[in-house]
Amino acid sequence: MSAVAASPALSFAPVLERRFGGKVAVETRPAADVPTISVDRSVWHDVALFLRDDPSTKYDLFLDLASVDTSRLPAAQAPRDGNRFQAHVILYSTSRNAHLRARVTAPERDATLPSVTDVWPAANWFEREAWDLMGIVFTGHPNLNRLLTHNGFVGHALRKDYEAAQRWLCTEEDLLQTQLAAKADVPEDLFETMTLNMGPSHNATHGTLRVVVKLDGERIIAAEGECGYLHRCFEKMSETHTWVQVVPYTDRLNYCSPMINGFGYARAVEQLVGVTAPPRAQAVRTILSEFNRIMDHMVCIGTNLVDLGGLTPFWYAYQSREEIYGLLEACCGARLTSSYARIGGLSDDVPANFVEWSRSLFPKIEQNIADVDRLVTKNRIAQDRLRGTGVASRDMAIAHGFTGPCGRASGLAYDVRKDAPYDFYGEVDFDVPVSNDGDNYARYLIRMEEMRQSLRIVDQVLKKLPGGPVSTDDFRVALPPKEMVYNEMEALIYHFKVVFEGAKVPPGEIYSCVEGANGELGYTLVSDGSGFPYRIKVRPPCFPLFAAFEKIAVGGLVSDAIATLGMLNVIAGELDR
Amino acid sequence: MAQKPLDLPAAGASSLPLAGKVAPPLGPGQPSSFGFDVLTTKLDWLVQWAQKNSLWPMPFGTACCAIEFMSSVSSHYDLSRFGAEVVRFSPRQADLMIVAGTVTDKQAPILRKIYDQMPEPKWVISMGVCACTGGFYRAYHVVQGIDEIVPVDVYVAGCPPTPENLIHGFMMLQRMIQSGELARHRESKTFVPIRVGPEPADAVPAYSQSPMAHVSGEHDLPEMAETAETDAKPGGGRT
Repeated sequence: MSAVAASPALSFAPVLERRFGGKVAVETRPAADVPTISVDRSVWHDVALFLRDDPSTKYDLFLDLASVDTSRLPAAQAPRDGNRFQAHVILYSTSRNAHLRARVTAPERDATLPSVTDVWPAANWFEREAWDLMGIVFTGHPNLNRLLTHNGFVGHALRKDYEAAQRWLCTEEDLLQTQLAAKADVPEDLFETMTLNMGPSHNATHGTLRVVVKLDGERIIAAEGECGYLHRCFEKMSETHTWVQVVPYTDRLNYCSPMINGFGYARAVEQLVGVTAPPRAQAVRTILSEFNRIMDHMVCIGTNLVDLGGLTPFWYAYQSREEIYGLLEACCGARLTSSYARIGGLSDDVPANFVEWSRSLFPKIEQNIADVDRLVTKNRIAQDRLRGTGVASRDMAIAHGFTGPCGRASGLAYDVRKDAPYDFYGEVDFDVPVSNDGDNYARYLIRMEEMRQSLRIVDQVLKKLPGGPVSTDDFRVALPPKEMVYNEMEALIYHFKVVFEGAKVPPGEIYSCVEGANGELGYTLVSDGSGFPYRIKVRPPCFPLFAAFEKIAVGGLVSDAIATLGMLNVIAGELDR
Repeated sequence: MAQKPLDLPAAGASSLPLAGKVAPPLGPGQPSSFGFDVLTTKLDWLVQWAQKNSLWPMPFGTACCAIEFMSSVSSHYDLSRFGAEVVRFSPRQADLMIVAGTVTDKQAPILRKIYDQMPEPKWVISMGVCACTGGFYRAYHVVQGIDEIVPVDVYVAGCPPTPENLIHGFMMLQRMIQSGELARHRESKTFVPIRVGPEPADAVPAYSQSPMAHVSGEHDLPEMAETAETDAKPGGGRT
């Protein structure tokens, strides 16, 4: 099964050729990767408009921008033509269910690219991030300031000549200088406005988010979000570790549903290497991903209700998390940061009573869902606080790159599990709830329904849980079983090489995605064949959500902004990486 | 019902503690010469006993550890059994800061500010290896241990620590409070600049080599061409 829906040869290639001449080329990519075009930067903005608007393309969802410093790639992968920087733009067409990568290059001496923020508003923060960490200047960008690092930072951390541990002093003056004055359209007679800072240590922003709002009374007239307070350099750290050593780092991306990240990463590497995990590993991955989804949604709903003043539902919601922790601990020995995924399978087989244990969780989780349902769904206060607040229309959701539960609450019926099935999702029957309301109440209902659907998926996979090994027999990437290591010379050599040198991943690049708890969780991997990742870029699903928050919050009350922030479920570890 | 009057010694009687040659030991639970209905103690002991059993934690939760902190306070583990029931998100209402999670350079001034806002007496628990030492994030944007910034009383190891581990650290802090032991570096430490340099090329690197350089063979790679764009900042950068 491929990373994304296997798409045929690009039907619009002749049109591209005719309109843009030799400035756009269609690349040949392996089947597992997404179709790719390389675009000359002089026509990138026009091509972007064409890709978004033409009926044959309709790439309306801007998913990711991965910047790559090619200066230390082997010449076979990146020609030494002075074009040091690449931007991999990942697009998705909601109407045609197809991914596309557009590769735009910029030379070292003039690292500028035209900004496409006016084409896809979602590109705004992605371009800021690429400027911050890679130093690519996007001309025409409205607010090209540092995003993840602070203003006292010097240099661009993801360039290959940047020392991984080089820190810079940050003082309070280096923190956000807001652009609110430029944003707020304040009428002349409205003089009583007030600026309010929320975060990054605020009881209603779970984790380290910061929002500065300009208020007229209690109504928000301008807002600005800032992230980076938990930027712990996942992408740079992964370049200093072997492919397998990256797995523990992935657990700490979205720490509310850690296993999904690891499984998504392992799957991406497997596609790059060309191995597949055995069926049993895929089934276990599916089951545990769904349990993690339940955990994530429960925390999202529970903590959001705490912010709205309802502490009681949180105790019920959190209890299912404790129940699931027991199962995860039995599988891999850790409650939260599991490191269970391995390239080509899992670190270990599940316990012997895995099926019974999983089934024993069903009544407890169902009971907890029912309890929360009874306490909240028809609760007058919850309805007043959630209904009609934080509304994002379908067009707005698409323009800002929404995926996952928040996208589906806005009517964007896109779910990677359904539209590009991986693991066992193609073989099970489940529904994807979609709402057209786009408000916080819809987001709450979607999450509640998704938890019930997750239990359905787990139930079906448990019924046909295959036997066999949980790790591939391709010993270039996976450790051979111990008996083979003790008895066979060849296995011993493989064991030695995997432990000491790490799994060797052939040169190449790939974009692979899974459905995280918050939406499409994508990995752009670039390998130079050295045994260390050359570049790993995560597409964090809540990054565009938080970027859009400053648009959603405007016009609402400040108390509604709290509800919206909670229901978008922004997880700082994944947002900032 | 008429109560039997206490059998109090007459004033000036030789059984009063100060009147005798050797004062009987004072301390918690010592029977007083006023009989068993009166408990004598030291004021310090009483205050410490009260403090340790009514800590008001302020979770400075930044990352994964905050999730395990949530586990610790919710139904299953229930930190309130130890008197730390009232979780306050305002530093002015708290006396125990639990730093749960990675603290980045960007977050560091805020951590210090919040610590300064807490009233005395105050204690700090550093939860998880990231807060203790930076953990496995030996990176350009991560504080390598919060004791660079604030004094720490108890370090709790783990990535993240299990709730049991956090509760153990919490009970250790309670013992320290009861015994009157304070952190060694109680006085305010100023926030020391980590590294300030005009240009990346001239700056002293934080480590002589990158953490995995011995494995990656990074030094074998060809030297980078000098970049001209490092300073080309359209805005926001401090040059």
